[in-house]
Amino acid sequence: MDLIWGGAVQAVELIVRVDHEVMSVTLLSLLVSGSATILSLLLGIPLGVILALGNFPGRQFIASAINMGMGLPPVVVGLFVTVFLWRNGPFGFLHILYTPTAMIIAQCIIASPVVAGLTMAAMQQLNPKLRLQILALGANRYQMVWLLMAEARLPLLAAVMAGFGAVISEIGASMMVGGNVRGQTMVLTTATVLETSRGNFGMAFALSLILLVLVYVINVILTSVQQRSRQP
Amino acid sequence: MIMSRKPAMLEVADLEVVRGGTPVLAVPHLEVRKGQTLAIIGPNGAGKSTLLLAMALLIKPSKGKVWVAGEEATPENSLRLRRRMAMVFQEPLLLDMSVAENVATGLKLRGVGRAEREKRVAVWLERFGIATLAHRRARSLSGGEAQRASLARAFALEPEVLLLDEPFSALDAPTRAGVIADLLAVLRGTRTTAVLVTHDRDEALALGDDVGVIIRGELRQAGPISKVFGAPVDVDVAGFVGVETIAPGMIQTHEDGLAQVRVGDRLIEVASDLDPGTPVFLCLRPEDVTLQTPLEPGQERMRSSERNRLRGSVTDVIPWRGQLRVTVDCGFRIAASLTYRSVSEMGIAEGVAVEASFKATSAHLIPRVESPNGREGLEGE
Amino acid sequence: MYKKLAIGLALLFVVMLVVGCASSTAGPSPSPTAPAQKQSVSTEPAKPAAKPANPELILATTTSTQDTGLLDVLIPMFEKQTGYAVKTIAVGSGQAMAMGERGEADVLLVHAPDSEKKYMAAGHGVERRLVMHNDFVIVGPPQDPAKIKGEKSAIEALKKVSQAKAIFLSRSDNSGTNQLELKLWNLASLDPKGQQWYQETGTGMGATLNVASEKSAYTLTDRATYLANKKNLNLDILVEGDKSLLNVYHVITVDPKKSDKINAQGALAFADFMVTRDSQETIAKFGVDKYGQPLFFADAGKKDEEVGG
Repeated sequence: MDLIWGGAVQAVELIVRVDHEVMSVTLLSLLVSGSATILSLLLGIPLGVILALGNFPGRQFIASAINMGMGLPPVVVGLFVTVFLWRNGPFGFLHILYTPTAMIIAQCIIASPVVAGLTMAAMQQLNPKLRLQILALGANRYQMVWLLMAEARLPLLAAVMAGFGAVISEIGASMMVGGNVRGQTMVLTTATVLETSRGNFGMAFALSLILLVLVYVINVILTSVQQRSRQP
Repeated sequence: MIMSRKPAMLEVADLEVVRGGTPVLAVPHLEVRKGQTLAIIGPNGAGKSTLLLAMALLIKPSKGKVWVAGEEATPENSLRLRRRMAMVFQEPLLLDMSVAENVATGLKLRGVGRAEREKRVAVWLERFGIATLAHRRARSLSGGEAQRASLARAFALEPEVLLLDEPFSALDAPTRAGVIADLLAVLRGTRTTAVLVTHDRDEALALGDDVGVIIRGELRQAGPISKVFGAPVDVDVAGFVGVETIAPGMIQTHEDGLAQVRVGDRLIEVASDLDPGTPVFLCLRPEDVTLQTPLEPGQERMRSSERNRLRGSVTDVIPWRGQLRVTVDCGFRIAASLTYRSVSEMGIAEGVAVEASFKATSAHLIPRVESPNGREGLEGE
Repeated sequence: MYKKLAIGLALLFVVMLVVGCASSTAGPSPSPTAPAQKQSVSTEPAKPAAKPANPELILATTTSTQDTGLLDVLIPMFEKQTGYAVKTIAVGSGQAMAMGERGEADVLLVHAPDSEKKYMAAGHGVERRLVMHNDFVIVGPPQDPAKIKGEKSAIEALKKVSQAKAIFLSRSDNSGTNQLELKLWNLASLDPKGQQWYQETGTGMGATLNVASEKSAYTLTDRATYLANKKNLNLDILVEGDKSLLNVYHVITVDPKKSDKINAQGALAFADFMVTRDSQETIAKFGVDKYGQPLFFADAGKKDEEVGG
């Protein structure tokens, strides 16, 4: 118990002191997971929309693949990305293994199916006639998609939160493709593991608490946006 | 069948829609005249909504063409033509925003400026009597209020053609009457061309100038309401437009424009051009049948212009659409429509002997063709 | 409303980018857990960092090495002196050498001599230099049910543990520690695999020690990790000092003939660095102020047989 309290105290101390190392680890966490989430939204939302509204051969197959992808183990993704990115792999010439870029790629692969799957579900639960009504009002295809997405904004925001949640707390893939290199690819989750394995439980707790606060703050913001749309 | 003297605002030709290998709609030709309301009626599942969606350019027919204001619809001009029309569905299909924002939606999509939008929204909210609901969230509206909002949204676009797909079916009777009245006033006031799909022939009668009857995916008859309702071309149409007496018979003789038709063991006189020897169906609307109870002693019979008088007895009395439907068996069944008061004044009840009479010009004959599969043939167009 | 949110998020993202870039170029500061070290006064003039042709260097080492914190001191020294940017990837010895084999690392710092010899024999490495050693100890619960305390021979101690069927934890991860442990069982002519008292954690040294403490189990550990975690553990050092318990570290440069992507110059520079007098002094003093005793013994230049003598 004293560890948790001690960790809390240490956390506050580190933040107040603006401890350089902790700040950079935190910012890197935000940067990597934030970018990965934004990228996964850019990929996943259009994909989800197309799968929900479109009708083309292979649609069913892709939809099942997306749903399967939601349960994809992150370490598996990490392993595959590592093999692709290491020096002698097909993309070795990019030299991005053990950089934040590789972590962003891995996290994006993890989050995209989650975002796509939830977007697809969100759009599919809209009244199918709504699409016709919007078109009948004179919408072109893009206007129609935009209006439908606005109608589904509550579950869409849930998809965003789910995507972010999936990657900010991710550790297996981040460890593998990032290498947990101090000052370069160490993020809150991997740093916590490191400090724990060193026996520095206090520090580990401090980092965990910072991570929790971060996740909470972001979710509070997103939830308030989501719930504001839901007026009585 | 062409009925235009005014130019056609909306026209379809050789239209066919096939779904999953089965044809669901086949319409050789149909027009909507400018400023008129075409009611499309038929039983549920007949394909009326499909026809409307094709006219609205919202679905692509498997075959056939659609013209809007004389311009043939193609994939390139589809959006532009769609923006000259508006459509209202059975459900209000309002978006999750305020009523005013909903009514402005179509205008926004079409790029109308804010000042103009606000003006039109205010006008049309007022016209449909929901101005006080402008800032309420659409979700919180009752059925009637929501449908009014949907209508306001469509009219705010000042469309050249308004398409309505059973817009009142989800409303309860009193609300429905109110909304229909509002719509009628607006249609007359704006002289908008309209196409109304409904399975309720009273709505068609109230709102329609022309009517088209769709049964099992086929357009059976189209034309001015009086003609279609008065002279249906086949039994299915007859049944649907409210002809409740349909009895098989045979034309015996014909003179002076009057045909003598044997129905059961009675001889009926009907104004018709058909030749003797033609098997027919006798069609009568219940409103055109008058009932008389036998004369009291001392009552004189007066001469009547109704050439057909048949004695029979009442088999049942059923309430129907605010009146009473009295069925009389006079060798064949005749249905008459009476008010409650008449029924009670005359003492009409099951088993009572009555005389049913109707004019030769009220009855209508449909040629009857006995085909091998038993299905009655149609009069060709 | 959505426009504002979008702008807000974009701004936040830009701010993060800027700060993130700024902080990573500022360079890492020493780990908060590394004992405060005075930079040893060098007798060699500190060379200013002349940027080498290929500054990126991948060092594969073990988790236990990284966990001691020694590299947090040595690597920055090296980077400053030579201008190389080192990526330290800490995995198990087995994985580190596999990376070397595949040419995915430039230089290795490992402590699994038997595997290393096989590695060199197969021609995967060029230079192999002795750097330092620490020792392993057998730790266990203070009650010591197998009665191994004070036993001089590690092998005998293991035999006793086996007889007493006392719980023994193995890392089972092909790390240097694990390889030594298996070697000792082998020398004791015992095969504990599959027996109920022999449990495999599959994790790093620190984690394994925690589990041992919880379960009151015996395990083999390097002294350094034990000392670093001691305050959280309910385990005592029961067997130490046996020559078979020596944990010897070598630095190995990966054979550049494997692929042209290997930074041979950088690897050599690192290997050179590890055996300079400065580095060796740093190694010898590491841990003294925190633990009262050094965690490592510097051995550069000695012959393998001389180590621990």
